[in-house]
Amino acid sequence: MASARDEILGRIRAVDRPVSPQVPRDYQRQRHADDPVALLAERIADYQATVHRAATRELPYRIAERLDGRGTIVAPPDVPGEWRVPGVSWLSDDPPLGVSDLEEAAGVLSGCAVAIAETGTIVLDAGRAQGRRVLTLVPDYHLCVVHADQIVVSVPEAIERLDPAGPLTFISGPSATSDIELDRVEGVHGPRTLEVLLVH
Amino acid sequence: MGRNPVTWLGSPTFPDAARRSLGDTQLRGNLRKATTTIRGKRESAVAELDDWEQLRRAGEAVKDDVLANLDTYLERLESAVTERGGVVHWARDAEEANRIVLDLVKQENADEVVKVKSMATAEIGLNEALADGGVNAIETDLAEVIVQLGDDRPSHILVPAIHRNRAEIKEIFAQMPEPPDSDDPRALAEAARTYLRRKFLSAKVAISGANFGVADTGSIVVVESEGNGRMCLTLPETLITVMGVEKVLPRWQDLEVFLQLLPRSSTAERMNPYTSIWSGVTPGDGPQKFHLVLLDNGRTSTLADEVGRQALRCIRCSACLNVCPVYERTGGQAYGSVYPGPIGAILAPQLAGDLHDEQAASLPYASSLCGACYEVCPVRINIPEVLTHLRAEVVEAKGKRTPEAMAMSAAAWVFGSRRRYEAAQKAGSLTRLLARGGNLSSLPWPGSKWTDTRDAPVVPKESLRSWWRRNRG
Ligand code: SF4
Repeated sequence: MASARDEILGRIRAVDRPVSPQVPRDYQRQRHADDPVALLAERIADYQATVHRAATRELPYRIAERLDGRGTIVAPPDVPGEWRVPGVSWLSDDPPLGVSDLEEAAGVLSGCAVAIAETGTIVLDAGRAQGRRVLTLVPDYHLCVVHADQIVVSVPEAIERLDPAGPLTFISGPSATSDIELDRVEGVHGPRTLEVLLVH
Repeated sequence: MGRNPVTWLGSPTFPDAARRSLGDTQLRGNLRKATTTIRGKRESAVAELDDWEQLRRAGEAVKDDVLANLDTYLERLESAVTERGGVVHWARDAEEANRIVLDLVKQENADEVVKVKSMATAEIGLNEALADGGVNAIETDLAEVIVQLGDDRPSHILVPAIHRNRAEIKEIFAQMPEPPDSDDPRALAEAARTYLRRKFLSAKVAISGANFGVADTGSIVVVESEGNGRMCLTLPETLITVMGVEKVLPRWQDLEVFLQLLPRSSTAERMNPYTSIWSGVTPGDGPQKFHLVLLDNGRTSTLADEVGRQALRCIRCSACLNVCPVYERTGGQAYGSVYPGPIGAILAPQLAGDLHDEQAASLPYASSLCGACYEVCPVRINIPEVLTHLRAEVVEAKGKRTPEAMAMSAAAWVFGSRRRYEAAQKAGSLTRLLARGGNLSSLPWPGSKWTDTRDAPVVPKESLRSWWRRNRG
């Protein structure tokens, strides 16, 4: 008996299939925005996430401001030293934290790989300052630092920049559901509070 | 090979089921509210992109390329996933897919699995098959929880519990250990969060579907809102993904098209809250065992139908359901399949592959051919064309027209033009028309043939004309 694989491929090959079309790529692969940082801020805010701006040199101060009084904050092992501001009880993912540690933590601080202004999306690729996927998932509060040079305007620009090898997470606002009467309600399983620090 | 569970065993034919649901005013009220909201939102989300038409054409072409080279892309996907530490399985039909998944779960000595909402696993009846094998499958998507706890059936692709309103959901959730204290959607979401938290944290195996699988890179994509997907895709040690073979995309770049088309068409957002993309296994991050089950279950025979194969372009956005006048009045369960609405009317009978099955054969008649579905479809599936084509096949398969088919032809014919709606309205209401018991003698053929049974007429709440005007402007 043929294997399922051979049989399925055989069924496909037995079909008189159409010639494959040329894919028209005349949609906009790049889009212009006068102020991508402002557009990103506006679009993230549309999802009921909070956006704060920070000049590069004041970033540590802004981080401290956001995290003040929140309790234990998880940090990927490779967040820049100056992000680990004093006055916060830091929990580093080195050695890897257990899920119960993450459950008990008040929040997580991370960077990102790319941000898409037009859709208000932050993309994590498990690269620098982002850590394992679970770190930004289990804690109920997520503070994400986005640098101006990580911002692109359109989805195609983001796809082009991203490395498909790493596990990727696209985040557009806090977790939400449309399952009750097709209305968006924030806050189900992912972090219920998302705050973004835009550094420019 | 067993019966394809894509249509539910023992379901009445569409006209019979529609007649029943048309009498349910609560259902119709819930549906009207939800679909009206989402229709308006979708329009503005789409209007924001001035290249929407170009994106649709690109989406259509990419999917046609997939269908033209399906064997090549599947083999490519298989090797990319394998290279990155995943294991690929192939399943000819539902039975085979269910067996593969059950065996994999047993290998991990798990008797409970968490699930991300997935049309493919609903199509093959995986939860039932797992239950028969002693494994408890826990749905984690809010709408699926509502369906599962309500011992109900889904009625929408994206929002399976769209037929339930908040008050009904609160009642269903009363059986949770910590029930919600109000019917405010926030309270309902909070109750679901608490209910599922422990399940996520303790599960050893998760099962998901896939929105896309990129052949070049082996990347699997799951698009979601709540974070239950991320939980399932990240926390358990073992992940099993069941993906219909047609979900493969050739190139990484193709995602730039679909990650624009899908969210705006489905939840009418610029982007859905979460999209997860992974490729095989990432050491130290997420599941350390990954299985991909590639599912045929009627897809290759659908591919063989020159006209019908375009249904395989579907990205399950559900936009066609939300604009369909027939769906809005009958609800999804009347279609007797996990795929309701316009896409269900063309996909379910093709996947089932048996036009001698009365119920499957009645589905292509569950439409007015008004064309609204084609207009909104992000991959430009010409649903009316496929419906007409399948109707001809039904007629051919049967050699003669069954009363059900006749009844639906009549409904379709009346739905087909404004003039005929008005005539039908004079003769009775649409509700009565579909109820088969109305006095249709004033209608010309084929409406006049539609008088074979005498049921109590369903009294109309609102005339079709005013309903139509109010809803479609
Ligand atoms: S047929 Fe088109 S509109 Fe309907 S669910 Fe599929 S992709 Fe969406």
